Amino acid sequence: MNRRVFRRVKSNAMTGVLMACVLAAVLPLLWILGTLVLKGAGSLSLDFFTKMPAPAGETGGGVANAIVGTLLMVGAACLIGIPVGIGAGVFASEYPRNRLSIVSRFVADVLNGTPSIVIGVFAWTWIVAKQKHFSGFAGSAALAILMVPMVMRTTEEIIKLVPHSLREAALALGYQRWRTTLQIVLLTALPGILTGALLAVARVAGETAPLLFTALGSQYMGTNLNQPMASLPLTVYTYATGPYEQWHRYAWAAALVLILLVFVLSLGARLATRRMARLGG
Amino acid sequence: MTIATDTPGFMTTAPRPTLIARPSAIAEGATAPAITVRDFHFAYGRREVLKDLNFVIPRRAVTAIIGPSGCGKSTFLRSVNRLNDLIPGTRHRGDILVDGTSVYDRETDLVVLRQRVGMVFQRPNPFPKSIFDNVAYGPLLNALVPKGDLPDLVEKSLRQAALWDEVKDRLESPGTGLSGGQQQRLCIARALGNHPEVLLMDEPCSALDPIATQRIEELIRTLKRDYTIVIVTHNMQQAARVSDFTAFFDQGELIEYAGTERIFTAPSNPRTEAYITGRFG
Repeated sequence: MNRRVFRRVKSNAMTGVLMACVLAAVLPLLWILGTLVLKGAGSLSLDFFTKMPAPAGETGGGVANAIVGTLLMVGAACLIGIPVGIGAGVFASEYPRNRLSIVSRFVADVLNGTPSIVIGVFAWTWIVAKQKHFSGFAGSAALAILMVPMVMRTTEEIIKLVPHSLREAALALGYQRWRTTLQIVLLTALPGILTGALLAVARVAGETAPLLFTALGSQYMGTNLNQPMASLPLTVYTYATGPYEQWHRYAWAAALVLILLVFVLSLGARLATRRMARLGG
Repeated sequence: MTIATDTPGFMTTAPRPTLIARPSAIAEGATAPAITVRDFHFAYGRREVLKDLNFVIPRRAVTAIIGPSGCGKSTFLRSVNRLNDLIPGTRHRGDILVDGTSVYDRETDLVVLRQRVGMVFQRPNPFPKSIFDNVAYGPLLNALVPKGDLPDLVEKSLRQAALWDEVKDRLESPGTGLSGGQQQRLCIARALGNHPEVLLMDEPCSALDPIATQRIEELIRTLKRDYTIVIVTHNMQQAARVSDFTAFFDQGELIEYAGTERIFTAPSNPRTEAYITGRFG
Protein backbone atom coordinates (compact mmCIF):
# COMPACT_ATOMS: atom_id res chain seq x y z
CA MET A 1 0.00 0.00 0.00
CA ASN A 2 1.59 3.27 -1.01
CA ARG A 3 1.64 6.30 1.22
CA ARG A 4 -1.10 8.22 -0.49
CA VAL A 5 -3.64 5.46 -0.26
CA PHE A 6 -2.65 4.84 3.35
CA ARG A 7 -3.18 8.53 4.15
CA ARG A 8 -6.58 8.55 2.55
CA VAL A 9 -7.64 5.44 4.43
CA LYS A 10 -6.43 6.93 7.69
CA SER A 11 -8.26 10.19 7.02
CA ASN A 12 -11.49 8.40 6.20
CA ALA A 13 -11.19 6.21 9.27
CA MET A 14 -10.77 9.24 11.52
CA THR A 15 -13.73 10.99 9.92
CA GLY A 16 -15.74 7.84 10.53
CA VAL A 17 -14.75 7.75 14.20
CA LEU A 18 -15.72 11.39 14.66
CA MET A 19 -19.05 10.87 12.94
CA ALA A 20 -19.75 7.96 15.24
CA CYS A 21 -19.04 10.25 18.21
CA VAL A 22 -21.47 12.83 16.91
CA LEU A 23 -24.10 10.15 16.46
CA ALA A 24 -23.49 8.85 19.98
CA ALA A 25 -23.94 12.39 21.30
CA VAL A 26 -27.09 13.16 19.34
CA LEU A 27 -28.77 9.78 19.47
CA PRO A 28 -29.86 9.86 23.14
CA LEU A 29 -31.22 13.34 22.57
CA LEU A 30 -33.30 12.29 19.60
CA TRP A 31 -34.36 9.18 21.47
CA ILE A 32 -35.62 11.22 24.43
CA LEU A 33 -37.42 13.63 22.17
CA GLY A 34 -38.93 10.77 20.16
CA THR A 35 -40.14 9.00 23.29
CA LEU A 36 -41.67 12.21 24.63
CA VAL A 37 -43.50 12.89 21.38
CA LEU A 38 -44.61 9.27 21.08
CA LYS A 39 -45.95 9.01 24.63
CA GLY A 40 -46.93 12.61 25.28
CA ALA A 41 -48.17 14.15 22.05
CA GLY A 42 -51.37 12.09 22.18
CA SER A 43 -52.46 13.81 25.38
CA LEU A 44 -51.82 17.31 24.09
CA SER A 45 -55.01 19.19 23.40
CA LEU A 46 -56.28 22.69 23.95
CA ASP A 47 -57.68 21.49 27.27
CA PHE A 48 -54.23 20.38 28.37
CA PHE A 49 -52.96 23.93 28.10
CA THR A 50 -56.04 25.77 29.38
CA LYS A 51 -57.77 23.54 31.95
CA MET A 52 -56.96 22.91 35.58
CA PRO A 53 -55.97 19.43 36.73
CA ALA A 54 -58.89 17.03 37.10
CA PRO A 55 -59.50 15.51 40.56
CA ALA A 56 -57.46 12.37 41.13
CA GLY A 57 -58.77 9.39 39.21
CA GLU A 58 -60.98 11.40 36.84
CA THR A 59 -60.14 11.90 33.20
CA GLY A 60 -59.75 15.20 31.35
CA GLY A 61 -58.35 18.42 32.76
CA GLY A 62 -55.02 20.03 32.00
CA VAL A 63 -51.92 21.52 33.52
CA ALA A 64 -52.61 25.23 32.98
CA ASN A 65 -51.62 26.05 36.55
CA ALA A 66 -48.27 24.31 36.16
CA ILE A 67 -47.46 26.18 32.94
CA VAL A 68 -48.35 29.50 34.53
CA GLY A 69 -46.44 28.58 37.70
CA THR A 70 -43.30 27.64 35.78
CA LEU A 71 -43.41 30.82 33.72
CA LEU A 72 -43.93 32.98 36.82
CA MET A 73 -41.31 31.33 38.98
CA VAL A 74 -38.69 31.15 36.24
CA GLY A 75 -39.51 34.75 35.29
CA ALA A 76 -39.06 35.95 38.85
CA ALA A 77 -35.85 33.93 39.16
CA CYS A 78 -34.54 35.63 36.00
CA LEU A 79 -35.34 39.06 37.38
CA ILE A 80 -33.15 38.34 40.38
CA GLY A 81 -30.58 35.95 38.98
CA ILE A 82 -29.63 37.48 35.64
CA PRO A 83 -28.83 41.05 36.78
CA VAL A 84 -26.94 39.83 39.83
CA GLY A 85 -25.06 37.26 37.78
CA ILE A 86 -24.15 39.70 35.03
CA GLY A 87 -23.11 42.33 37.55
CA ALA A 88 -20.91 39.89 39.43
CA GLY A 89 -19.42 38.64 36.15
CA VAL A 90 -18.61 42.17 35.00
CA PHE A 91 -16.95 42.93 38.32
CA ALA A 92 -14.92 39.72 38.26
CA SER A 93 -13.71 40.38 34.72
CA GLU A 94 -12.95 44.06 35.34
CA TYR A 95 -11.07 43.44 38.57
CA PRO A 96 -9.75 39.92 38.04
CA ARG A 97 -7.22 40.10 40.85
CA ASN A 98 -9.48 41.75 43.39
CA ARG A 99 -9.90 39.56 46.46
CA LEU A 100 -13.68 39.77 46.17
CA SER A 101 -13.45 38.52 42.58
CA ILE A 102 -11.21 35.62 43.50
CA VAL A 103 -13.47 34.56 46.35
CA SER A 104 -16.71 34.92 44.40
CA ARG A 105 -15.24 33.07 41.42
CA PHE A 106 -14.34 30.18 43.69
CA VAL A 107 -17.73 30.23 45.40
CA ALA A 108 -19.48 30.33 42.02
CA ASP A 109 -17.55 27.30 40.84
CA VAL A 110 -18.45 25.41 43.99
CA LEU A 111 -22.10 26.44 43.70
CA ASN A 112 -22.16 25.37 40.06
CA GLY A 113 -21.18 21.90 41.19
CA THR A 114 -23.60 21.78 44.12
CA PRO A 115 -26.57 19.42 43.68
CA SER A 116 -29.67 21.53 43.21
CA ILE A 117 -31.50 19.76 46.02
CA VAL A 118 -29.02 21.34 48.43
CA ILE A 119 -30.10 24.75 47.18
CA GLY A 120 -33.70 23.65 47.76
CA VAL A 121 -32.94 22.72 51.35
CA PHE A 122 -31.17 26.04 51.80
CA ALA A 123 -34.17 28.00 50.50
CA TRP A 124 -36.45 25.90 52.72
CA THR A 125 -34.35 26.72 55.78
CA TRP A 126 -34.13 30.45 55.21
CA ILE A 127 -37.41 31.27 53.49
CA VAL A 128 -40.01 28.54 53.93
CA ALA A 129 -39.18 27.76 57.55
CA LYS A 130 -38.96 31.44 58.47
CA GLN A 131 -42.21 32.34 56.71
CA LYS A 132 -43.78 29.13 57.96
CA HIS A 133 -45.38 28.42 54.57
CA PHE A 134 -44.38 27.22 51.14
CA SER A 135 -44.38 29.80 48.38
CA GLY A 136 -43.64 30.35 44.71
CA PHE A 137 -41.23 33.04 45.81
CA ALA A 138 -39.16 30.56 47.78
CA GLY A 139 -39.01 28.47 44.60
CA SER A 140 -37.92 31.49 42.57
CA ALA A 141 -35.25 32.31 45.11
CA ALA A 142 -33.88 28.78 44.93
CA LEU A 143 -33.82 28.94 41.13
CA ALA A 144 -32.19 32.37 41.22
CA ILE A 145 -29.45 31.06 43.51
CA LEU A 146 -28.83 28.33 40.95
CA MET A 147 -28.70 30.87 38.11
CA VAL A 148 -26.35 33.43 39.61
CA PRO A 149 -23.12 31.40 39.48
CA MET A 150 -23.88 30.11 36.00
CA VAL A 151 -24.60 33.57 34.63
CA MET A 152 -21.66 35.07 36.48
CA ARG A 153 -19.09 32.64 35.12
CA THR A 154 -20.32 32.78 31.52
CA THR A 155 -20.46 36.59 31.65
CA GLU A 156 -16.91 36.71 32.94
CA GLU A 157 -15.63 34.31 30.29
CA ILE A 158 -17.43 36.10 27.46
CA ILE A 159 -16.16 39.52 28.55
CA LYS A 160 -12.63 38.11 28.59
CA LEU A 161 -13.09 37.38 24.88
CA VAL A 162 -13.71 41.04 24.03
CA PRO A 163 -10.45 42.18 22.44
CA HIS A 164 -8.34 44.41 24.65
CA SER A 165 -7.79 46.69 21.66
CA LEU A 166 -11.47 47.74 21.72
CA ARG A 167 -11.14 48.81 25.32
CA GLU A 168 -8.00 50.77 24.48
CA ALA A 169 -9.72 52.41 21.52
CA ALA A 170 -12.50 53.68 23.77
CA LEU A 171 -10.12 54.84 26.49
CA ALA A 172 -7.97 56.62 23.91
CA LEU A 173 -11.04 58.55 22.78
CA GLY A 174 -11.43 59.84 26.31
CA TYR A 175 -13.93 57.34 27.64
CA GLN A 176 -13.81 56.84 31.37
CA ARG A 177 -13.35 53.30 32.52
CA TRP A 178 -16.97 52.76 33.61
CA ARG A 179 -18.28 54.06 30.29
CA THR A 180 -15.82 51.91 28.39
CA THR A 181 -17.04 48.88 30.28
CA LEU A 182 -20.72 49.64 29.89
CA GLN A 183 -20.86 51.09 26.40
CA ILE A 184 -18.15 49.19 24.60
CA VAL A 185 -17.16 46.03 26.42
CA LEU A 186 -20.56 44.98 27.72
CA LEU A 187 -22.30 45.86 24.48
CA THR A 188 -19.81 43.89 22.44
CA ALA A 189 -20.21 40.90 24.72
CA LEU A 190 -23.99 41.17 24.98
CA PRO A 191 -25.00 38.46 22.51
CA GLY A 192 -22.71 36.00 24.27
CA ILE A 193 -23.88 37.06 27.71
CA LEU A 194 -27.51 36.62 26.68
CA THR A 195 -26.78 33.17 25.33
CA GLY A 196 -25.20 32.31 28.66
CA ALA A 197 -28.18 33.70 30.57
CA LEU A 198 -30.49 31.71 28.36
CA LEU A 199 -28.66 28.48 29.03
CA ALA A 200 -29.11 29.19 32.72
CA VAL A 201 -32.83 29.82 32.20
CA ALA A 202 -33.21 26.59 30.26
CA ARG A 203 -31.35 24.73 32.95
CA VAL A 204 -33.42 26.01 35.89
CA ALA A 205 -36.74 25.77 34.03
CA GLY A 206 -36.38 22.00 34.28
CA GLU A 207 -35.22 21.89 37.89
CA THR A 208 -37.43 19.81 40.16
CA ALA A 209 -35.44 19.28 43.33
CA PRO A 210 -35.19 22.92 44.46
CA LEU A 211 -38.96 23.33 44.02
CA LEU A 212 -39.97 20.24 45.98
CA PHE A 213 -39.83 21.87 49.37
CA THR A 214 -40.10 25.50 48.38
CA ALA A 215 -42.92 25.98 45.89
CA LEU A 216 -44.37 22.60 46.93
CA GLY A 217 -46.85 22.41 44.06
CA SER A 218 -50.53 23.18 43.99
CA GLN A 219 -53.79 21.89 42.56
CA TYR A 220 -55.08 25.38 41.99
CA MET A 221 -54.41 28.18 39.59
CA GLY A 222 -52.38 30.82 41.37
CA THR A 223 -50.46 33.87 40.30
CA ASN A 224 -49.56 34.89 43.83
CA LEU A 225 -45.88 34.18 44.38
CA ASN A 226 -46.51 34.22 48.12
CA GLN A 227 -48.59 31.02 47.83
CA PRO A 228 -47.53 27.46 47.05
CA MET A 229 -47.31 27.15 43.31
CA ALA A 230 -47.53 24.45 40.68
CA SER A 231 -44.82 23.96 38.07
CA LEU A 232 -44.19 21.69 35.13
CA PRO A 233 -41.24 19.76 36.61
CA LEU A 234 -43.22 19.13 39.81
CA THR A 235 -46.22 18.02 37.74
CA VAL A 236 -44.03 15.57 35.86
CA TYR A 237 -42.66 14.28 39.15
CA THR A 238 -46.07 13.92 40.84
CA TYR A 239 -47.86 12.45 37.84
CA ALA A 240 -45.08 10.07 36.90
CA THR A 241 -44.96 8.61 40.40
CA GLY A 242 -48.75 8.56 40.84
CA PRO A 243 -50.97 5.46 40.55
CA TYR A 244 -53.20 6.44 37.65
CA GLU A 245 -52.75 5.60 33.98
CA GLN A 246 -53.92 9.07 32.87
CA TRP A 247 -51.40 10.70 35.22
CA HIS A 248 -48.60 8.79 33.54
CA ARG A 249 -49.76 9.95 30.13
CA TYR A 250 -50.00 13.53 31.42
CA ALA A 251 -46.51 13.31 32.90
CA TRP A 252 -45.16 12.53 29.42
CA ALA A 253 -47.16 15.38 27.91
CA ALA A 254 -46.02 17.83 30.60
CA ALA A 255 -42.42 16.82 30.00
CA LEU A 256 -42.90 17.41 26.29
CA VAL A 257 -44.36 20.86 26.96
CA LEU A 258 -41.44 21.69 29.25
CA ILE A 259 -38.94 20.76 26.56
CA LEU A 260 -40.87 22.68 23.91
CA LEU A 261 -40.94 25.71 26.20
CA VAL A 262 -37.19 25.65 26.64
CA PHE A 263 -36.76 25.02 22.91
CA VAL A 264 -38.92 28.02 21.94
CA LEU A 265 -37.14 30.19 24.48
CA SER A 266 -33.70 29.22 23.14
CA LEU A 267 -34.75 29.74 19.57
CA GLY A 268 -36.26 33.15 20.32
CA ALA A 269 -33.23 34.37 22.23
CA ARG A 270 -30.83 33.01 19.63
CA LEU A 271 -32.67 34.84 16.86
CA ALA A 272 -32.75 38.00 18.93
CA THR A 273 -29.03 37.90 19.69
CA ARG A 274 -28.16 37.08 16.10
CA ARG A 275 -30.15 40.11 15.02
CA MET A 276 -28.40 42.19 17.60
CA ALA A 277 -24.97 40.97 16.51
CA ARG A 278 -25.77 41.80 12.92
CA LEU A 279 -26.85 45.29 13.83
CA GLY A 280 -23.59 45.60 15.67
CA GLY A 281 -24.38 45.00 19.31
CA MET B 1 14.08 55.04 -1.77
CA THR B 2 12.62 58.49 -1.75
CA ILE B 3 13.17 60.79 1.12
CA ALA B 4 10.56 63.27 2.20
CA THR B 5 11.80 66.74 1.44
CA ASP B 6 8.51 68.57 1.58
CA THR B 7 9.41 70.45 4.72
CA PRO B 8 11.68 73.35 3.86
CA GLY B 9 14.38 74.34 6.21
CA PHE B 10 15.87 71.29 7.76
CA MET B 11 18.34 70.70 4.97
CA THR B 12 19.88 74.10 5.25
CA THR B 13 20.81 73.96 8.89
CA ALA B 14 24.47 73.53 9.54
CA PRO B 15 25.38 70.16 11.06
CA ARG B 16 25.57 70.15 14.81
CA PRO B 17 25.96 67.35 17.29
CA THR B 18 22.72 65.44 17.39
CA LEU B 19 23.53 62.94 20.08
CA ILE B 20 20.96 64.17 22.48
CA ALA B 21 22.23 65.22 25.81
CA ARG B 22 20.28 67.34 28.21
CA PRO B 23 18.78 69.87 28.20
CA SER B 24 16.06 69.43 25.64
CA ALA B 25 17.04 69.66 22.03
CA ILE B 26 14.84 70.76 19.22
CA ALA B 27 15.31 69.17 15.86
CA GLU B 28 16.37 71.47 13.07
CA GLY B 29 13.63 73.34 11.26
CA ALA B 30 11.21 72.83 14.05
CA THR B 31 8.18 75.00 14.49
CA ALA B 32 6.71 75.75 17.91
CA PRO B 33 6.72 72.70 20.19
CA ALA B 34 3.55 70.63 20.44
CA ILE B 35 4.95 68.08 22.81
CA THR B 36 7.79 68.70 25.23
CA VAL B 37 9.38 65.75 26.96
CA ARG B 38 11.26 66.62 30.13
CA ASP B 39 13.53 64.24 32.04
CA PHE B 40 11.01 61.52 31.36
CA HIS B 41 11.61 58.07 32.81
CA PHE B 42 9.16 55.21 32.69
CA ALA B 43 9.27 51.76 34.26
CA TYR B 44 7.16 48.63 34.39
CA GLY B 45 7.84 47.57 37.94
CA ARG B 46 11.62 47.41 38.24
CA ARG B 47 12.26 47.30 34.51
CA GLU B 48 13.06 50.77 33.28
CA VAL B 49 11.92 51.07 29.66
CA LEU B 50 12.35 54.80 29.05
CA LYS B 51 15.39 56.60 30.38
CA ASP B 52 15.76 60.30 30.78
CA LEU B 53 14.08 61.45 27.61
CA ASN B 54 14.45 65.12 26.73
CA PHE B 55 13.18 66.35 23.43
CA VAL B 56 10.58 68.45 21.73
CA ILE B 57 8.14 67.38 19.04
CA PRO B 58 7.25 70.21 16.68
CA ARG B 59 3.75 71.27 15.78
CA ARG B 60 2.12 70.39 12.46
CA ALA B 61 4.80 68.04 11.32
CA VAL B 62 5.29 64.31 11.23
CA THR B 63 7.77 62.95 13.72
CA ALA B 64 8.72 59.32 13.35
CA ILE B 65 10.04 57.21 16.17
CA ILE B 66 12.15 54.29 15.04
CA GLY B 67 14.21 51.72 16.84
CA PRO B 68 14.55 47.99 17.41
CA SER B 69 11.80 45.96 19.08
CA GLY B 70 11.58 46.60 22.78
CA CYS B 71 13.35 49.94 22.56
CA GLY B 72 10.42 51.66 24.23
CA LYS B 73 8.96 53.52 21.28
CA SER B 74 5.42 52.23 21.78
CA THR B 75 5.70 52.81 25.51
CA PHE B 76 6.69 56.37 24.82
CA LEU B 77 3.72 56.90 22.52
CA ARG B 78 1.36 55.46 25.12
CA SER B 79 2.90 57.71 27.74
CA VAL B 80 1.74 60.77 25.88
CA ASN B 81 -1.96 59.93 26.27
CA ARG B 82 -1.34 57.96 29.47
CA LEU B 83 -2.72 54.75 28.08
CA ASN B 84 -0.04 52.99 30.10
CA ASP B 85 -2.03 53.88 33.20
CA LEU B 86 -4.03 50.72 32.54
CA ILE B 87 -1.09 48.52 33.36
CA PRO B 88 -0.63 47.98 37.08
CA GLY B 89 2.78 48.65 38.61
CA THR B 90 4.06 51.33 36.26
CA ARG B 91 6.15 54.25 37.49
CA HIS B 92 7.33 57.41 35.86
CA ARG B 93 9.51 60.38 36.60
CA GLY B 94 9.67 63.72 34.83
CA ASP B 95 6.86 64.98 32.68
CA ILE B 96 5.48 65.38 29.20
CA LEU B 97 3.82 68.63 28.18
CA VAL B 98 1.24 68.78 25.44
CA ASP B 99 0.91 72.34 24.26
CA GLY B 100 2.35 73.54 27.52
CA THR B 101 0.06 71.55 29.82
CA SER B 102 1.40 68.75 31.92
CA VAL B 103 0.19 65.27 31.08
CA TYR B 104 1.20 63.80 34.41
CA ASP B 105 -0.09 66.54 36.71
CA ARG B 106 -2.58 65.36 39.31
CA GLU B 107 -5.04 67.94 38.07
CA THR B 108 -4.92 66.66 34.51
CA ASP B 109 -8.29 65.49 33.27
CA LEU B 110 -7.65 62.29 31.33
CA VAL B 111 -10.84 62.77 29.34
CA VAL B 112 -9.67 66.16 28.10
CA LEU B 113 -6.12 64.94 27.51
CA ARG B 114 -7.30 62.02 25.40
CA GLN B 115 -9.65 64.23 23.45
CA ARG B 116 -6.68 66.46 22.56
CA VAL B 117 -4.35 63.58 21.87
CA GLY B 118 -5.90 61.02 19.52
CA MET B 119 -4.47 57.59 18.89
CA VAL B 120 -4.43 55.11 16.04
CA PHE B 121 -3.41 51.58 16.86
CA GLN B 122 -1.37 48.87 15.23
CA ARG B 123 -4.37 46.77 14.28
CA PRO B 124 -7.52 48.48 13.09
CA ASN B 125 -9.94 48.30 16.01
CA PRO B 126 -13.29 49.77 14.98
CA PHE B 127 -16.12 49.32 17.46
CA PRO B 128 -18.66 46.67 16.45
CA LYS B 129 -21.03 49.48 15.52
CA SER B 130 -22.09 51.31 12.41
CA ILE B 131 -19.56 53.38 10.49
CA PHE B 132 -21.42 56.51 11.56
CA ASP B 133 -21.42 55.57 15.23
CA ASN B 134 -17.73 54.76 15.15
CA VAL B 135 -16.91 58.33 14.21
CA ALA B 136 -19.67 59.92 16.30
CA TYR B 137 -18.70 58.14 19.52
CA GLY B 138 -15.89 60.43 20.59
CA PRO B 139 -17.58 63.76 19.80
CA LEU B 140 -20.77 62.54 21.48
CA LEU B 141 -18.90 61.69 24.63
CA ASN B 142 -16.94 64.90 24.74
CA ALA B 143 -20.03 66.94 23.79
CA LEU B 144 -17.99 68.71 21.13
CA VAL B 145 -20.93 69.55 18.91
CA PRO B 146 -24.71 69.65 19.33
CA LYS B 147 -26.30 66.35 18.31
CA GLY B 148 -27.79 67.89 15.19
CA ASP B 149 -24.35 68.75 13.84
CA LEU B 150 -23.04 65.20 14.19
CA PRO B 151 -23.76 64.17 10.59
CA ASP B 152 -21.66 67.10 9.36
CA LEU B 153 -18.86 66.28 11.73
CA VAL B 154 -18.92 62.62 10.75
CA GLU B 155 -18.79 63.56 7.08
CA LYS B 156 -15.95 65.99 7.64
CA SER B 157 -13.93 63.45 9.63
CA LEU B 158 -14.51 60.72 7.06
CA ARG B 159 -13.47 63.10 4.27
CA GLN B 160 -10.33 64.04 6.17
CA ALA B 161 -9.55 60.37 6.50
CA ALA B 162 -10.11 59.91 2.75
CA LEU B 163 -12.83 57.37 3.38
CA TRP B 164 -16.00 59.34 2.70
CA ASP B 165 -16.43 58.39 -0.96
CA GLU B 166 -16.12 54.72 -0.17
CA VAL B 167 -18.64 54.63 2.67
CA LYS B 168 -21.05 57.53 2.16
CA ASP B 169 -23.79 55.18 0.94
CA ARG B 170 -23.49 52.73 3.80
CA LEU B 171 -22.90 54.76 6.93
CA GLU B 172 -25.26 52.48 8.84
CA SER B 173 -23.47 49.24 8.02
CA PRO B 174 -21.04 47.87 10.59
CA GLY B 175 -17.52 49.29 10.63
CA THR B 176 -16.13 45.80 11.12
CA GLY B 177 -17.37 44.87 7.63
CA LEU B 178 -14.84 47.13 5.90
CA SER B 179 -11.49 45.96 4.52
CA GLY B 180 -8.42 46.23 6.75
CA GLY B 181 -7.19 49.45 5.14
CA GLN B 182 -10.64 51.00 5.24
CA GLN B 183 -10.99 49.99 8.89
CA GLN B 184 -7.74 51.73 9.69
CA ARG B 185 -8.89 54.89 7.91
CA LEU B 186 -12.15 54.61 9.86
CA CYS B 187 -10.09 54.52 13.05
CA ILE B 188 -8.24 57.62 11.88
CA ALA B 189 -11.59 59.31 11.17
CA ARG B 190 -12.75 58.27 14.62
CA ALA B 191 -9.71 59.93 16.19
CA LEU B 192 -10.16 63.06 14.03
CA GLY B 193 -13.82 63.35 15.05
CA ASN B 194 -12.58 64.32 18.48
CA HIS B 195 -10.82 67.43 17.11
CA PRO B 196 -7.45 66.43 18.51
CA GLU B 197 -4.30 68.52 18.27
CA VAL B 198 -1.97 65.57 18.28
CA LEU B 199 -2.36 62.24 16.52
CA LEU B 200 -0.35 59.33 17.88
CA MET B 201 0.06 56.45 15.45
CA ASP B 202 1.41 53.16 16.72
CA GLU B 203 2.64 51.27 13.66
CA PRO B 204 -0.59 52.09 11.84
CA CYS B 205 0.33 50.14 8.70
CA SER B 206 1.90 47.01 10.08
CA ALA B 207 -1.30 44.99 9.58
CA LEU B 208 -2.01 46.37 6.10
CA ASP B 209 -1.06 45.43 2.56
CA PRO B 210 1.19 47.74 0.46
CA ILE B 211 -1.68 49.51 -1.34
CA ALA B 212 -3.52 50.27 1.89
CA THR B 213 -0.22 51.33 3.44
CA GLN B 214 0.37 53.77 0.60
CA ARG B 215 -3.06 55.32 1.12
CA ILE B 216 -2.47 55.77 4.83
CA GLU B 217 0.91 57.35 4.14
CA GLU B 218 -0.63 59.80 1.69
CA LEU B 219 -3.20 60.56 4.33
CA ILE B 220 -0.53 61.22 6.93
CA ARG B 221 1.17 63.70 4.61
CA THR B 222 -2.14 65.55 4.15
CA LEU B 223 -3.07 65.50 7.81
CA LYS B 224 0.13 67.14 8.98
CA ARG B 225 -1.17 70.43 7.65
CA ASP B 226 -3.60 70.49 10.58
CA TYR B 227 -2.25 68.05 13.11
CA THR B 228 0.89 67.17 14.95
CA ILE B 229 1.60 63.57 14.11
CA VAL B 230 3.86 61.19 15.99
CA ILE B 231 4.25 57.85 14.29
CA VAL B 232 6.01 54.78 15.62
CA THR B 233 7.16 52.52 12.85
CA HIS B 234 9.24 49.44 12.31
CA ASN B 235 9.53 50.25 8.69
CA MET B 236 12.42 52.60 8.05
CA GLN B 237 11.41 53.31 4.47
CA GLN B 238 8.09 54.42 5.86
CA ALA B 239 9.73 56.76 8.35
CA ALA B 240 11.81 58.17 5.51
CA ARG B 241 8.76 58.60 3.27
CA VAL B 242 6.33 60.25 5.65
CA SER B 243 8.21 62.00 8.41
CA ASP B 244 9.88 65.38 8.74
CA PHE B 245 11.79 64.47 11.87
CA THR B 246 13.00 61.16 13.11
CA ALA B 247 13.89 60.06 16.60
CA PHE B 248 15.94 56.92 17.02
CA PHE B 249 15.34 55.05 20.28
CA ASP B 250 17.45 52.22 21.56
CA GLN B 251 17.11 50.45 24.89
CA GLY B 252 14.87 53.16 26.24
CA GLU B 253 17.15 56.02 25.33
CA LEU B 254 16.85 58.66 22.70
CA ILE B 255 20.00 58.11 20.70
CA GLU B 256 19.56 60.59 17.92
CA TYR B 257 16.93 63.06 16.88
CA ALA B 258 17.12 65.19 13.76
CA GLY B 259 15.51 66.00 10.46
CA THR B 260 14.55 62.79 8.72
CA GLU B 261 16.86 63.37 5.78
CA ARG B 262 19.80 63.94 8.09
CA ILE B 263 19.10 60.77 10.07
CA PHE B 264 18.92 58.67 6.96
CA THR B 265 21.81 60.23 5.03
CA ALA B 266 24.26 61.42 7.63
CA PRO B 267 23.51 60.01 11.07
CA SER B 268 25.91 61.33 13.69
CA ASN B 269 25.74 58.39 16.02
CA PRO B 270 27.25 55.04 15.08
CA ARG B 271 24.32 53.16 16.69
CA THR B 272 21.87 55.05 14.49
CA GLU B 273 23.93 54.27 11.47
CA ALA B 274 24.16 50.62 12.39
CA TYR B 275 20.41 50.45 12.78
CA ILE B 276 19.40 52.24 9.62
CA THR B 277 21.87 50.32 7.52
CA GLY B 278 20.38 47.12 8.88
CA ARG B 279 23.27 45.88 10.95
CA PHE B 280 20.99 45.22 13.91
CA GLY B 281 17.37 45.52 15.01
